Amino acid sequence: MSSHQIDILFLASLVGVTCALPGVFLILRRVALMSDAISHAILLGIVLAFFMVKSLSSPLLIVGAVLTGVLTVALTELLINTRKLKKDAAIGLVFPLLFSIGVILLSRFAGDVHLDTQCVLFGEIAFAPFNRLMIGNMDLGPQATWVVGGVLLINVTFISLFYKELKITTFDAGLAASLGFFPALINYIFTALVSVTAVGAFESVGSILVVALMIAPPAAAYLLTDRLFHMLLISAALGILSALGGYFMAQGLDASIAGSMATFSGIIFFLVFIFAPERGLMAKLIVRKYKKWDFASETLAVHLLQAEQAHAEENERVVKHMNEHMLWSDDYTSEAIVKGLKEGVLKKDGNKLSLTSYGREKAKNILSKE
Amino acid sequence: MDIGYLIEFFSNYTVRVVMCGAMILGITAGTLGSFALLRKQSLLGDAISHASLPGVCLAFLLTQSKSPLVLLLGAGISGWIGTLVISLVTENSRIKKDTALGIVLSVFFGFGLVLLTIVQKLPTATKAGLDKFLFGNAATLLREDVWTMGILSGIIFILLLAYWKEFKLIVFDKDYAKSMGLNVVFLDLLLNTLIVIAIVIGLQTVGVILMSAMLVAPAAAARQWTDRLGIMVVLSSLFGAISGVAGSITSSLMLKLPTGPTIVVYLSMFVIISLLFAPHRGMLWDVLRSYRHKKQLQRTTVLKNLLLFSEISTDPYHAHDVAALTAIGRGPLQKTMIGLSKKGYVRQSVPNKWALTEKGLNAAQKLTKEIEEQVNVITSD
Repeated sequence: MSSHQIDILFLASLVGVTCALPGVFLILRRVALMSDAISHAILLGIVLAFFMVKSLSSPLLIVGAVLTGVLTVALTELLINTRKLKKDAAIGLVFPLLFSIGVILLSRFAGDVHLDTQCVLFGEIAFAPFNRLMIGNMDLGPQATWVVGGVLLINVTFISLFYKELKITTFDAGLAASLGFFPALINYIFTALVSVTAVGAFESVGSILVVALMIAPPAAAYLLTDRLFHMLLISAALGILSALGGYFMAQGLDASIAGSMATFSGIIFFLVFIFAPERGLMAKLIVRKYKKWDFASETLAVHLLQAEQAHAEENERVVKHMNEHMLWSDDYTSEAIVKGLKEGVLKKDGNKLSLTSYGREKAKNILSKE
Repeated sequence: MDIGYLIEFFSNYTVRVVMCGAMILGITAGTLGSFALLRKQSLLGDAISHASLPGVCLAFLLTQSKSPLVLLLGAGISGWIGTLVISLVTENSRIKKDTALGIVLSVFFGFGLVLLTIVQKLPTATKAGLDKFLFGNAATLLREDVWTMGILSGIIFILLLAYWKEFKLIVFDKDYAKSMGLNVVFLDLLLNTLIVIAIVIGLQTVGVILMSAMLVAPAAAARQWTDRLGIMVVLSSLFGAISGVAGSITSSLMLKLPTGPTIVVYLSMFVIISLLFAPHRGMLWDVLRSYRHKKQLQRTTVLKNLLLFSEISTDPYHAHDVAALTAIGRGPLQKTMIGLSKKGYVRQSVPNKWALTEKGLNAAQKLTKEIEEQVNVITSD
């Protein structure tokens, strides 16, 4: 593996972690789509700042991006507060306008320079290692790595310093306000953090794919744990996994690295969605099935108990006629009997069913509950 | 730019094709957007349009054809799969709707970019032009494209008219629709499918990234002007059509001006104007209304206070000093007094001394009685 590849892999993993951390709070606060709005809108800030300083590596670009990110959230909230539009419509109006102005400025006035609409969408992670940070004659590695690393440092610092505040404003904004935690202020600082993250990752993965890296790994983590701290750790790990998997997928297909990273994060989410213990689709289906047959064998046991107590005719217990007594279909009845026998609730004497002592206890318990 | 040039411009064949396409797009998106907005699905359009990108590329990779019908069919199928994934995920896990929308939007789009880069590396000559699906390019619309758009929107309008009442019902009261025995699941799916088709129609002109604005913005603007669905749909398609045509023409006239963003800027102007000036709902009306209420409140307060004075003096029409009224009242008293005297409720005997007229006394007594009754109603509850 060449040093060029290692540079890209390291940068991609950094981007994965950096995006995943604020993403956790985005999905817990149910504002996942704010990341979409912010990552689009910051383009305007980046373009305006770029026109002012004529350089892509100036810190002023980050300032511009953060300002437009906060502006987006403020404008959206302003629109919602007029009560003339619902939240989703307000989001859907503000960012397309800001993004459009950004794209128009970019296409009209910056067509020939380094920043163009393609790089806005794709990012240029493959070229990132060519742009080195040099101090004197010392090569300190790709510049983008330092930028993203800096953003990661900001994210980690903010989240660990304000962990308690973030946690309480996320889960119970009302309580947070009554305890004097200023949820609105935390919200704006958090918005700024998302903007910084989006602009940091922007050069590498483009403005739309940032959204995938911010939302998909935390959403997968959300299906795996109930603890905030674990969710942060799992998200970061899945972020790295998305980056690495995406890189090799791109190598294999000879396609866009950023696009592959987004695709891979989606694949990971989907796998977790299906196979997660407890909350996955499979686990849920299994539990549902288990409960269904549990219920069926219990119902059979109760029926037999009642037949026993009423000294009903023997044919009430004949296996063949069970479906008629229970008003069940044939398949369902035989499956229920098999389950009941397996669990030791029922026993079979010739062609008749009867309760085991365990089954009798169980049926009595169920009836006494009613 | 002289008139001759303009005439030549509008009689130009390409320009007419572009205008037709933009108009069809605006009308269809405006109509379906009204339903999406009222169903609070504004952002679903965003997810669907992003999700349609891989479909476009896959359709091209599989068929090697750039026929609009093939590409748009691919777009429609993958946009539709996107909506299915969203409901699958939200119904079977604790993932919230916004998160599911975000995942579908970005992951599908990412996959679309992967396919797009693969397409761009193909050695075939027909590969060019797929990237217009990103930001849209009205200038490259062909007659064939416009025909496809027209047929698709024809299908939409036939279905919309056929199911108008049912759609209206599921938009405003789904539970009631269900209790009436309507097949809500089918109608939901049908309406979502129509939204997918409307999005697909706009992809070549506006592009996947901004197509959602084409749905949301005209509907949001139209919503401010009316409370009736029929009128809203008409207004919304009108706003959509005007912005579509204006945006496409501006972008065809100027170099390096992508169509999608230009249309969005026009649309946003409609939204801003509507939010500010629409009668009844506009912000200007809010300001006027609150000014009127304030004036009304000041006048009734002064009348009531004058009545209070007149009840404790022997002559009910005795004049009182403004200072005394100010002492128990509030606000810009002089202006209020002049307003009241114009209505004939009060008169000024000597400067700064005001008295009730007979009309004013009656009005004040009636007012006090009304207020007392209202207070009684409230306290007896």
